[in-house]
Amino acid sequence: MKKLTTLRILDIVTLVALLGATAMVFFYAPIERVMGAVQKVFYFHVAAGWVGMLSFLFAAIAGIIYLIKKSKIWDLVGVAAVEIGIIFIFITIVTGSIWARPIWNTWWTWDPRLTTVTIMELVYVAYLMLRQGIDDPERRSRFGAVYAIVGFLSVPLTFFSIRIFRTIHPVVIGGSDPSAVGTFDMTATMFQTMMVSIVVFSILFIDLVWHRIRLGKLANQVEELKFNIQD
Amino acid sequence: MQKGGSKVQPKTSFFKALFAVVWKDLIAELRGKELISAMLVFALLVIFIFNFALELDPKTRSALTAGILWVTIIFAGNLGLNRSMSVEKDRGCLDGLLLAPVDRTAIYFGKSIANWIFMLIVAMIVLPIYSILYNTNIISPALILVIILGSEGYVAIGTLLASMAVQARTRDILLPILLFPVILPVLIAAVKASAGILSGFPLTDLQTWFNLLIVYDIIFTSVAFMVFDSVVEE
Repeated sequence: MKKLTTLRILDIVTLVALLGATAMVFFYAPIERVMGAVQKVFYFHVAAGWVGMLSFLFAAIAGIIYLIKKSKIWDLVGVAAVEIGIIFIFITIVTGSIWARPIWNTWWTWDPRLTTVTIMELVYVAYLMLRQGIDDPERRSRFGAVYAIVGFLSVPLTFFSIRIFRTIHPVVIGGSDPSAVGTFDMTATMFQTMMVSIVVFSILFIDLVWHRIRLGKLANQVEELKFNIQD
Repeated sequence: MQKGGSKVQPKTSFFKALFAVVWKDLIAELRGKELISAMLVFALLVIFIFNFALELDPKTRSALTAGILWVTIIFAGNLGLNRSMSVEKDRGCLDGLLLAPVDRTAIYFGKSIANWIFMLIVAMIVLPIYSILYNTNIISPALILVIILGSEGYVAIGTLLASMAVQARTRDILLPILLFPVILPVLIAAVKASAGILSGFPLTDLQTWFNLLIVYDIIFTSVAFMVFDSVVEE
């Protein structure tokens, strides 16, 4: 299978956009008055979190479609989305920790958002372990689809349950809670940088999913070839 | 085996099939007494381990009782779920059940209800024992209601995931890993409601948690019911 020209172009676009966004974070966005340079982690933190959530939503949708249509491609989309989501949510957790150390004076706190996101990460690690434990490919796809749906469903419920306690995580977009520690008002340039980061990370997500699906197809071909040799 | 089997019009009525599955599990348990005895001994061991691990003097205990009860219940429940499904798988009973000309969701609900009954039996024995061991009466109708609601949500999703886990190569370790992160919302609501009841809060204060428990039960049961067919089809 040859690498498509569109995919090649997308690779280059992604790389350039990523460099552009990094430059914006460092040179375009102003330094926040109270928190200083560490606040700059915020742009990629939000963007990575966005991509992570989007991935898991994709995985759940791909799971539903797989269960209805039973076509292999939707299974590949599901796995691709879960694997990428795990990486991006991990980036979100780590960047959040880096920010929280100077601002909250701790690497970790049992706040609803932090807890929910980490449990979500564990749900999808369990998803990978489930797939690893099943040899029959058709059954593996089916169970993966079912677990992607069930797992995605429980995430908002977990968040809602913990949310009933008070939260200290800042809500920068859409109203802020006075008890939150480390919140700030975004200036126009900050907002632009954040939106650009989100868009760029979304492009990166599309690029990665595409690559992962291609990889999955190639892996399937290898399986087939191996099977033919054995005959 | 073809998927077409499930499209054949069921010959037995839904409730009759469901009742038959529950009855089969109860009779098998009555004769073998494997499952409940294992769950019960395990539950008692967990309580004893907590006693030594946490140094449960009366002061700290009152705040921890709800948590200890629920950890005990879900650990014992996990043991029961795994066993109840692997018995079916090992002796080829699951295939037999699936070949039966009945609606497959009847099998799901039958297994769930049987598991639910086992969990409730264990809980109903653990509660008085806990009360005797620590010389406090923790039994109240409200707490029993929380246990009934909480364990319903637990077995609803647990039965679904257990029937997936037993078909995997790594089935001995898989169920808790699959089940615990997903079941967390039910657990949070159940622990919060139980803690409130044990500290003697009026029930109107705990309304939120009861509502949440009921909502979670409904959501989990209906989703498990919708996807169960794709877990067992071959």
